[in-house]
Amino acid sequence: MSRRLVLLIPLIIFLIMAGFLFRGLFLNPSELPSALIDKPFPAFSLPAVGEPSRLLTEVDLQGKPALVNVWGTWCVACREEHAVLNALKEQGVTIHGINYKDDQASALKWLKEFHNPYQLDVRDDQGSLGLDLGVYGAPETFLIDKNGVIRYKHVGIVDERVWREQLAPRYQQLLEAP
Amino acid sequence: MSRRIGMLLILWALMGNVWAAIETFSYQDDAERERFKNLTRELRCPKCQNQDLADSNAPIAADLRREIHRLMAAGQSDEQIIEYLVARYGEFVRYRPAVEGRTFILWYGPAGLLLAGAITVLFMVRRRRQVSLTDNTPLSAEERARLAHLLDKKDRS
Repeated sequence: MSRRLVLLIPLIIFLIMAGFLFRGLFLNPSELPSALIDKPFPAFSLPAVGEPSRLLTEVDLQGKPALVNVWGTWCVACREEHAVLNALKEQGVTIHGINYKDDQASALKWLKEFHNPYQLDVRDDQGSLGLDLGVYGAPETFLIDKNGVIRYKHVGIVDERVWREQLAPRYQQLLEAP
Repeated sequence: MSRRIGMLLILWALMGNVWAAIETFSYQDDAERERFKNLTRELRCPKCQNQDLADSNAPIAADLRREIHRLMAAGQSDEQIIEYLVARYGEFVRYRPAVEGRTFILWYGPAGLLLAGAITVLFMVRRRRQVSLTDNTPLSAEERARLAHLLDKKDRS
């Protein structure tokens, strides 16, 4: 009897591998897990958009759970996302913006034209903060807790579905955390 | 005439693409140039699914090449530079992931499967040989009777 069972081992190995490969069909390979989850937001000291003399640091992001959105006027998808961010801001969600490798005048024009949902506007002209954050394409959105620890990262557009399914529950949890 | 101008314009536009990937970095010596080349081939561009940093035209790859050059100039070792990028972009940027608990199967799984297969084959071959060697004892009376019966049945049909 146990002889017969030994013969089943290749089949079992095959089924396990097939299971993994089948799951792989539905994974998005362009979504990389962030190396920064549960790490403090990287230190930075950068000017605010439109206010070159006002320096912002990672400490300014602390105090409340917030979304940190990396965007640029050159990023087509950010345009679509912007409306959603405006709506979230209306709901009382704290959102900070990192204007990544962008022209300042265009950024100011964009914020004036499409409304500014950001509480803080960090200007990352050279992309140095983006590098420290492991940004590889805008838009990217980080969820940080009140101590400025990165809890989640979403690459791509935050639309209503992403907010509802991925960000909102985590944001709510952080709000309720003591 | 306008056609020729058009052709020239197209050529000129294409030339821009050709030049786009060429950057000018200065190196202290050939060894450093070689190091830079090897490092950028060893690391994967995070934006593009399967291109190394040396090969990629993506803006992020250009940024990372510049960063690697800067870190090299600052005297960092290859390991330090790779660590620096892994801390920001994750294991994904390494074409050869570090050997650790999580990647153990990845590194040794194929060799393990091959070994298991080889052992199985060896085992089966050996057993079969043993069976054929030991099994030439004469048949017992009972077996002989059964054989005769079977042969008899075969002849009749």
